[in-house]
Amino acid sequence: MALTKLSLFTRPNLSVQSLSVASTRFNTTTTAPPAKTKFGPLKDEDRIFTNLYGRHDWRLQGALKRGDWYKTKEILLKGVDWILNEVKKSGLRGRGGAGFPSGMKWSFMNKPSDGRPKYLVVNADEGEPGTCKDREIMRHDPHKLIEGCLIAGRAMGARAAYIYIRGEFYNEGTNVQVAIHEAYKQGLIGKNACGSGYDFDVFVHRGAGAYICGEETALIESLEGKQGKPRLKPPFPADIGVFGCPTTVANVETVAVAPTICRRGGDWFVGFGRPRNSGTKLFNISGHVNNPCTVEEEMSIPLRELIERHARGVIGGWDNLLAVIPGGSSTPMIPRKVCDDVLMDFDALVAAQTGLGTAALIVMNKQTDVIRAIARLIEFYKHESCGQCTPCREGTGWMNKIMYRFVEGNAKPEEIDMLWELSKQIEGHTICALGDGAAWPVQGLIRHFRPEIEARMKSFAERQQCQKVAA
Amino acid sequence: MLRLPFLRSIPQVTRAATLGGRTVVTGAPEKVEVFIDGQPVLVDPGTTVLQAAAMVGVEIPRFCYHERLSVAGNCRMCLVEVEKSAKPVAACAMPVMKGWRIKTNSELTRKAREGVMEFLLVNHPLDCPICDQGGECDLQDQSMTFGSDRSRFTDITFSGKRAVEDKNVGPLIKTIMTRCIHCTRCIRFGSEVAGVDDLGTTGRGGDMQVGTYVEKMFLSELSGNVIDLCPVGALTSKPYAFMARPWETRKTDSIDVMDAVGSNIFVTHRTGEVLRVLPRTHEEINEEWLSDKSRFACDGLKRQRLVSPMVRDSNGKLVMVEWEDALVAVARALQSAKGDELAAIVGGFADAEALVVLKDMLNTLGSESLCTEEIFPMDGAGTDLRSNYLLNSTIAGVEEADVVLLIGTNTRFEAPLFNARLRKAWINNDLRVATVGPKVDLTYETENLGDSVQVLKDLAEGRHAFSKVLNGAKRPVIVVGSGALQREDGAAIFQLTQRIAQNARVASNVSHDWRVLNVLHRVASQVAALDLGYKAGIEAIRAKPPKVLFLLGADEGAISRHHGDRGAAMADAVLPGAAYTEKPATYVNMEGRAQQTFAAITAPGLAREDWKILRALGEVVGVKLPYDTLTQVRARLTEVSPNLTRYGDVEAANYFAQAVELAKLVKAQPSSAPLDVRQKTLEDFYMTDSISRASPTMAKCVQAVKKQRQSKY
Repeated sequence: MALTKLSLFTRPNLSVQSLSVASTRFNTTTTAPPAKTKFGPLKDEDRIFTNLYGRHDWRLQGALKRGDWYKTKEILLKGVDWILNEVKKSGLRGRGGAGFPSGMKWSFMNKPSDGRPKYLVVNADEGEPGTCKDREIMRHDPHKLIEGCLIAGRAMGARAAYIYIRGEFYNEGTNVQVAIHEAYKQGLIGKNACGSGYDFDVFVHRGAGAYICGEETALIESLEGKQGKPRLKPPFPADIGVFGCPTTVANVETVAVAPTICRRGGDWFVGFGRPRNSGTKLFNISGHVNNPCTVEEEMSIPLRELIERHARGVIGGWDNLLAVIPGGSSTPMIPRKVCDDVLMDFDALVAAQTGLGTAALIVMNKQTDVIRAIARLIEFYKHESCGQCTPCREGTGWMNKIMYRFVEGNAKPEEIDMLWELSKQIEGHTICALGDGAAWPVQGLIRHFRPEIEARMKSFAERQQCQKVAA
Repeated sequence: MLRLPFLRSIPQVTRAATLGGRTVVTGAPEKVEVFIDGQPVLVDPGTTVLQAAAMVGVEIPRFCYHERLSVAGNCRMCLVEVEKSAKPVAACAMPVMKGWRIKTNSELTRKAREGVMEFLLVNHPLDCPICDQGGECDLQDQSMTFGSDRSRFTDITFSGKRAVEDKNVGPLIKTIMTRCIHCTRCIRFGSEVAGVDDLGTTGRGGDMQVGTYVEKMFLSELSGNVIDLCPVGALTSKPYAFMARPWETRKTDSIDVMDAVGSNIFVTHRTGEVLRVLPRTHEEINEEWLSDKSRFACDGLKRQRLVSPMVRDSNGKLVMVEWEDALVAVARALQSAKGDELAAIVGGFADAEALVVLKDMLNTLGSESLCTEEIFPMDGAGTDLRSNYLLNSTIAGVEEADVVLLIGTNTRFEAPLFNARLRKAWINNDLRVATVGPKVDLTYETENLGDSVQVLKDLAEGRHAFSKVLNGAKRPVIVVGSGALQREDGAAIFQLTQRIAQNARVASNVSHDWRVLNVLHRVASQVAALDLGYKAGIEAIRAKPPKVLFLLGADEGAISRHHGDRGAAMADAVLPGAAYTEKPATYVNMEGRAQQTFAAITAPGLAREDWKILRALGEVVGVKLPYDTLTQVRARLTEVSPNLTRYGDVEAANYFAQAVELAKLVKAQPSSAPLDVRQKTLEDFYMTDSISRASPTMAKCVQAVKKQRQSKY
C-alpha cells in the first residue's frame, strides 16, 4: 500500500545549473544527443519483471532461468558505495507513492554504527485501492524481491529484512515464504549469503488487514506488535525505527528492481522516461477499460497510449471517458480533457494537480456516478483512519457524511465550499499522510466536477419541492 | 503511547536520545537560535518548539501535550507555522532547528487551530451546562480563545454526533466517554506514571474508544490524577459529581496528612464544607500528583466527627457537656495524679503546635511520659540524631539514585508518591530496585531478596550476592519502612540497616552530601513529634500504666481528637479537636520538611484547634503556658527546634557514622520472624486511619477492589 506524499519532492537548484553552463566551452563539432520525446512502448528485452503474468515457474529454478541471482555475489562484493552509486545513477524513485529518491534514502543508513543493528523493512502491505503491482511481484517473481532485499540490505548495511505482507495476501505470502526457504537452502541468503561473507536474514510478517499499516511508521509499530498507529517524525526511522534500531522502509517494487539495476547498470535504467522520472514502472489499469491489467511500461508514457495499448481502450471509446484517478485512490482525479495528453510520471502529474502515487489508474467512463465513486473512497478512508490524530479522525467521518448527502444532492451549494475548506483543514495537519490521501480525492472532485454536484443538488431540491406541492 | 517499558531493552545511547529531546544529539550541545514571533531565543538543541515558545512567554494551546508525560502529538492543537515550511508543525513534538522563524499568531497558525478546534467540537456533546468540568475545562477555554464564533456542523440535522457508552472504571472516576477527545493523557499516565496498563484504546478512526477493553476497575492508587489530566469532562470525580461549580468554590492551600509524604494540596470548599481536595504543584514532593487516599478521603472529615466535649457519666456513658464542664473534669483528673502518673500518647494526625503545647503542659506538671503511637527504636542513637529517622535522600533526590534497597516497606501504599518517584527513576535512569520483605507489586521491576532477617544480616556483613551490587553502586539508597521497626526486634533491624547503609556509603565512595540511609514513615505527625523530643513507642507506658493517660489523636483517659474512632470509645472524657482542613498547623513530612496547612473551614460544632484546647486546659489546671496566639506558639516551636518553622525547607541531617558507632550498643537480637508489611494489595491501601475509615468513598473503593479481584479480568 502506499500513501502519497507529494510535498516531499525535492527540486533541483536551478541557479547552480546556469552557473555550470556559463563555464562550459561549447563544442560545435559534436551534437548533443537529441532529447527523448517519445516514451514507450517498452521493448520486451527491457522488461524487469519477466514473469509478471505467472506464465513461467515462479520458484528458484524458473527464477534462475530468468536471470535472477545471476552474479549476485559479484554485485555484493563490489561494495556498498558501488551499489548506492548505481541506484543513485539510475534515478530510481520510491515506487510506493511518495517518490523519494531511493539512492539518497538508502544512503541515510550509512552513518557510523553505534552498535545497534540496522534493518530493512519491505512494505508489502499493498492496500491502496486500485493498486495490485506488489502482489504480482510476490506471487510470480518472489525471488526478485528476495534478491532485492539482499542487495538493498547490503547497500544500507542491514542485518536482516522484514517483509511486512498484507494479511489478505495469503498465497502471495506463502509464495514468498517458499522462495525464502529455497534461497536459504541454496545459501543465497542467511549466513554468508551467496558466498559473499555477508550475513543476511529475511523474515516474513503478516499484517492483519489495516490500510494504515502501509504507512512506514505505523508499519514499524505493527511489526513491533503494537497497534498500527503512525509515529511522529522526527525521529525518522533511519534514526529510530523498528525495535529502536535504524530502519529503512521500502516498497516491494523499489526493492525488486534493485538487482536488475545493479546488473544492467544505472545508465540503462535512467535511459527510460524523462529526466528525474526515470525507469520502468508497473502500471495497474482498472475500472472501465476493456482489458484491466497490470503492465510494465516505460515511465512518462502518455496516459492515453497506456490505456489504449495495454487495456484495449476505455469502454465505449476514448470519448466516453469521464475521468481517471491516475495513482491509486488517494490521488485527485483528472478529467478527460487533462487525460488527453498527460504523461504518466511524477512531475507531469504534479503539474496536472494530481500525482503518480502507486501508478494505479482507475478509469471511469461516463456511465460512472462520479460523486458516488468519490463518496465510496472517502468511506474507505473513514474506515481506515487510525483515530490517533484529530483532523483525520473527525475530518474523514465528517467528510463521509457530507459526501453521501452530496450523492443524493441533499445539501446546499455553499456546502461544497465548506467541504473544500474541510479537506484543506485536514490536508497537511495530520501525523501521517492518510489525512492528505483522504482530502485529495474530494479536492479533485470539487475541482473538476463542481457543476455535476450542483446539478444534483438542484434536482434534489426540485424533487423535494414537487413532493411538498403534491402533499 | 505504551513505548516506555520497551525502552529498557534498547541500548543506553539510544534511550537517551528517545527519551530526551527526540533527536540524537551528540557532542557538546551548542545553543541554537530561533525566533518566536520575531523574538530571538537561544535554546538547547532538541528543545521542542513549544518549550522554546514557553521560554519567551508565548503559550501555545495544547490538549494532548503534558510536561510530565511522553509526547503523543495527536491532538494537533499546537500546530504552528514555521517560515519556509509548507505544512504547519506540531509544536509539542518538533525539535527546533537553527534559525527557525516560528509564527505562533499568523494567519496559517490561527486557521490551523480553528480547524482542529472545529474538528474536536464536531463530535463533542454540547452538554457544558451539566458537565462537571464546566468552568475548568481546557476545551471550553481554548474554544473561546482559538475557536470559531459559530458552528457550521450542518450534519447535526442529518446524522448527529458520535455517542460512546460510558465505562465503569471504579468508584472514583466518573466517565462520560462521549466527551472524550482522545488525547490519551489518561492512558499515558496509567502506563508511565502509575505503572498500570489498564487503560488503552480500542477501535480505530471515529470508532476509537479510550477504555479498559473489558469492563474493569482502574486498579491504581494514583487513579484520581487522570481526572486532573483529562482536558475535557470525560473523566470527572465520581464523589464530587454535580456538587459544585468551580466559580462557586474557594481554594485554600494546605498540606495532606494521610501519609507522611506531605503532599501539597488545595482544599476546595464552599459554605463551610470541604468539597474536594486537589493537588498543588510542588516539584520536590508530589510534583502535581496526589494519591487517591489524600484526594478522596476528605468526605471522611464530615462523618464520625466529635462535635462536642463529652464526659463519662455515672452510668459509664459518654454524655455531651459544655466546654467548661469538660475542661474542669479533665483538669481535676490531671491534678489528681502526681507527675509521673501522667502520660500522653500522640497519634498520626497531631500537628506540631498541639505537640509542643501538650509537651510543655505535661512537662510542667512533672511528667516526661510523652510518646508517639508509632514505634521507633530508641536504642543506640535512637532519635537523638535526626539523620536516624528522616528520609535523608529526600523524595526528589531518589531520582538520582541508581540502586535502591527497600527494607520491610511497601512504598506503593505507604507513600504512593514516593513510589511514583522511584518508578520515574526506574524508567529514566535504569534504577535497580531490590526489596527485603514480602513480594509485592511496586509497579516496576524489583528483585526480591527474601523476607528473612537473615538476608539483612548477610547484607550487613557483605556476604549476600546483592552486596556486590550495593557496593558497586554510584548512588545507593537504602530505605527502611517504619513498619519494619514496629517489631520487637525493631532496634536490631534498624541497626542492621544502618550497617548496610554505612557499608554502601563507604564502598560506593559517594560524595559527602549523598545520603544513603532513609526511614520511610507512615504517619504525618511522627517527624515533628520526634523533633520535639517525644519518645517513640508506648512500651514504657505499657510497662508502667499511668493513672491519667492523655491521648492526642491516638487510638489507644482524657482525649483530644477529631474523630470518634476506637480511642474515643474508651476515653473517660473527650475533647473534640479540629482536622487538618480546619486549622492553621505545622506538619513535618518524612524528609523533615516543615509545611503549614491553612484553615479552609471552621471545625464542626464545638470542636476547637488542638493547641487552643490544651492551652485552655493548662489554664484550668493551673499551668500558665507562655503563649496566647499562634505566632507565640510558633515562636516556642522555633525555640525547641528551629527547623519546625522554616517552612518549605529541608534541613539536611548528618552524623551517619556516629549513629552506626552508637548502634553497636544495641543489644536486641533479630528474631526469626519474617519481615512483613501491613498493606500488601490495593484493598489494604484505602482505609488506614480514622479519617479514611470514616470515608464512604474509601469504603466503596475497598469493596470495588475486592469485587474486581473476583473477576477473571
